[in-house]
Amino acid sequence: MSAATFKIWRGDTKGGAFEDYTTEVSEGMVVLDAVHDIQSTQANDLACRWNCKAGKCGSCSAEVNGMPKLMCMARLSDLPLDKPITVEPIKAFPIVKDLITDVSWNFRVKKKIKKFKPRAPDAADGTWRMAQEDIDRVQEFRKCIECFLCQDVCHVLRDHRKHDEFIGPRFLIYVAALEMHPLDTENRIPELREAQGIGYCNITKCCTKVCPENIQITDNGIIPLKERVVDQYYDPVAKLLRRFGSKKNV
Amino acid sequence: MLDGYLAGLENFLVAAYQTFEHDVLIIGAGGAGLRAAIEASAAGVTVGLVSKSLLGKAHTVMAEGGVAAAMGNVDDRDNWRVHFADTMRGGQYLNRPRMAELHAKEAPERVHELEAWGAVFDRTKDGRILQRNFGGHKYPRLAHVGDRTGLEMIRTLQDHGIHQGIDVHMEICILALLKEGDRVVGAFGYDRERGRFKIYRAKAVVLATGGIGKAYKITSNSWDCTGDGHSLAYHAGAELIDMEYVQFHPTGMVWPPSVRGMLVTEGVRGEGGILTNKEGKRFMFDFIPDNYKTQTADNEEEGWRYTQGDKNARRPPELLTRDHVARCIVREIKEGRGSPHGGVFLDISWIKQKISGGEEHIKRKLPSMYHQFKALGDIDITREPMEVGPTTHYIMGGIHVDADTQMSTVLGLFAAGECAAGINGANRLGGNSLSDLLVFGKRAGEYAAAFAKENSLGAIDQQQIEQVTRRALEPFERSANPQSEGPYQVQKHLQEVMQHDVGIVRREEEMQHALEEIGKLWERAGQVGITGTRDFNPGWHTALDLKHLLTVSEAITRSALERKESRGAQFRDDYPDKDDAFAKVNTIISRDAEGTMQTRLESIPEMPDYLKKVIEEMK
Ligand SMILES: Cc1cc2nc3c(=O)[nH]c(=O)nc-3n(C[C@H](O)[C@H](O)[C@H](O)COP(=O)(O)OP(=O)(O)OC[C@H]3O[C@@H](n4cnc5c(N)ncnc54)[C@H](O)[C@@H]3O)c2cc1C
Ligand code: SF4
Ligand code: SF4
Ligand code: FES
Repeated sequence: MSAATFKIWRGDTKGGAFEDYTTEVSEGMVVLDAVHDIQSTQANDLACRWNCKAGKCGSCSAEVNGMPKLMCMARLSDLPLDKPITVEPIKAFPIVKDLITDVSWNFRVKKKIKKFKPRAPDAADGTWRMAQEDIDRVQEFRKCIECFLCQDVCHVLRDHRKHDEFIGPRFLIYVAALEMHPLDTENRIPELREAQGIGYCNITKCCTKVCPENIQITDNGIIPLKERVVDQYYDPVAKLLRRFGSKKNV
Repeated sequence: MLDGYLAGLENFLVAAYQTFEHDVLIIGAGGAGLRAAIEASAAGVTVGLVSKSLLGKAHTVMAEGGVAAAMGNVDDRDNWRVHFADTMRGGQYLNRPRMAELHAKEAPERVHELEAWGAVFDRTKDGRILQRNFGGHKYPRLAHVGDRTGLEMIRTLQDHGIHQGIDVHMEICILALLKEGDRVVGAFGYDRERGRFKIYRAKAVVLATGGIGKAYKITSNSWDCTGDGHSLAYHAGAELIDMEYVQFHPTGMVWPPSVRGMLVTEGVRGEGGILTNKEGKRFMFDFIPDNYKTQTADNEEEGWRYTQGDKNARRPPELLTRDHVARCIVREIKEGRGSPHGGVFLDISWIKQKISGGEEHIKRKLPSMYHQFKALGDIDITREPMEVGPTTHYIMGGIHVDADTQMSTVLGLFAAGECAAGINGANRLGGNSLSDLLVFGKRAGEYAAAFAKENSLGAIDQQQIEQVTRRALEPFERSANPQSEGPYQVQKHLQEVMQHDVGIVRREEEMQHALEEIGKLWERAGQVGITGTRDFNPGWHTALDLKHLLTVSEAITRSALERKESRGAQFRDDYPDKDDAFAKVNTIISRDAEGTMQTRLESIPEMPDYLKKVIEEMK
């Protein structure tokens, strides 16, 4: 068994610094295992979030060697262990302690997005009919585990701190999933353009690159949404059609 | 004078501890807690929902295979009667019949409701909700979304719930239930972020805290499965039932060590995956129990046709109940026919011989499994077999509740989901948990709201709060003592004891040994020391969870000792057969006046004739 050194950011709202920890490395180990080992033997108060340790809950987001990642899916064998591995909290949200940030903004943002509003049921027994090919795209967006790694890398939030004017890639695809849901009858396009700030996105695709669920956030979600915004606001034909027909089919 | 002191203390406590008031307080935000919260708030009462982790991260998010509901979309012979009979047979008739009945009848409506709230299940060709095969279910019954059904379910409930006026308190851990006389009147806990104590006053409380997997070393469960609800209820005077019944899922990952225990969904077998030993033999064909013989394929061809939807074919033996498959795997390993890392092989790649485009088919049907093995084990499941072995997965036992209302044996205290018991008996069928969360989550919310409407807020016992606070803070004081050990060591030792002594194969001496060890671990838990502050301190949190882990471990062990037979998930080497004396009883755990754990047997309520008839017809 070999050993590896981890430089883990320790601190809180008042400030902090990297501290070195050395731990044994065994086959198949992930960064979260190392953090747990350090917790249980060297620093019981080292704070990190995790739930599933299986890449399913999106709790353990952090920056490993500067790359936003789920710690539970970051294999040590994919990292250069001859140098110390840095582990630090994500940057788009205020620090709480060590690897933990205050992500509550995300929950507040979601609450402001208009909820799902289905059309009347298709069948007498109160159920609907949908074809698989019509829901593939929505299912892609619904794979999101809310790890907020995409929010972390988006420069609009990370660098420009536009949290009051822009909802970030996570919630753009949340809106996309609702808008493209075959049963939904709500219209979320006006807010998207205004309060939710879709115009801030300049399609850098950084969000798509870090998504652990491989959701094509930009190509499949944001770009079609931008098109809908353009349609609804500047395309009189689309606007007219929409007034009489279902917006879903335009 | 005493009055003055108490009044002073009360003022001090109110100032020291933020206090919240809700008509109904729900502890736990997994599927059961969220569903209960939605229902209670729909009934017009105020609802508080607390959870140890962030919203949407509860263990439910991990569920893979699907939610069982006899909608009959894929096979129209399915209906609640078949589902009821399957559930009872799977549970070896130790289930509470009324719960199994309500569950089978109400699950379809609960699933349809999710669709109305935005869930997007996989579809049949005619556009309805698709259903898949799963162990112990006679017909394809599990509504699903690929192999991430739990995520779909929790997200749907979460996204619907946040618009229902529910007060959500995230990252709050409840330490104790508060009582006034015989009634539960609230809960006391701390916020993980800053370690500040909080009082939650409520007219009714619903426990929905999930499972106990973290009592074992090898488990598929997430960190919050430390049996808190079981333990909170027990210490508040409620009864627990069937605690010996822990489900060991037959297929967990065994390699690499860091992922040992991680679940490999039964969906793999539902899609045609086969179990083989190192000789390449499909060993499950050799061990088909008598009561399943008529329903099980006796050749590979028929088994394959079943997985591909042939209504005239019978299920392959890989899809027998979990307790049975897990034991067969253990036998293969013990008798030296296991895989290199101490498991057996599970192969889905072979279906490429049967279906053109098999590789894409596997990736589409089992995307998370493909990803999980690729990313964590360097294995491509479309090309090579997986190595799997049993993992601690679920507890059938839990808080003893009334079938209709979900009220526990303590007034004002309700429970739903994995922490409650009765529906599963001696073994749970896959998919019956997610449906359980919906059916009984709803019922708990509904009846807790009704209870809240008829009762007012109770008084808070300041002494109790003071005592809990003092205990909770003690570990910090002990850290100065160089002899004090950390909480992780105690937790790890307990997990090893439970794994070794109260696992899949059980024996009197080993379980007695476990009890002795648990006794010592109680003492050690009372001596652990913590460094650092109260701000988000995982060591401290782990220390506080020890009480719950020890309580459930003791309850499991005592119940398992009491049931001197093998039935369902309990297999005793020293009593390898079923014993009629235990055929119609549940084990009950309760706390006596001195605080000692008591075990007794209680008869299962008689099944009404109309249900007996259903069982007869479905034989
Ligand atoms: C990997 C895996 C796959 C599964 N797949 C399936 C499947 O396909 N089909 C199926 O039917 N079942 C499946 N199960 C089982 C099923 O997922 C669980 O039984 C179910 O999700 C439990 O839900 P719950 O609502 O009871 O509790 P949980 O989802 O465990 O939620 C518990 C909640 O309680 C909170 N909590 C706990 N203690 C406290 C405390 N002290 N204070 C405050 N809050 C607390 C937690 O934070 C959490 O919010 C699977 C299980 C696993 C492990
Ligand atoms: S593509 Fe848009 S949303 Fe994504 S990171 Fe770039 S600017 Fe942000
Ligand atoms: S879209 Fe991807 S990166 Fe963003 S929160 Fe969801 S899963 Fe994470
Ligand atoms: S712990 Fe759940 S995603 Fe990492």
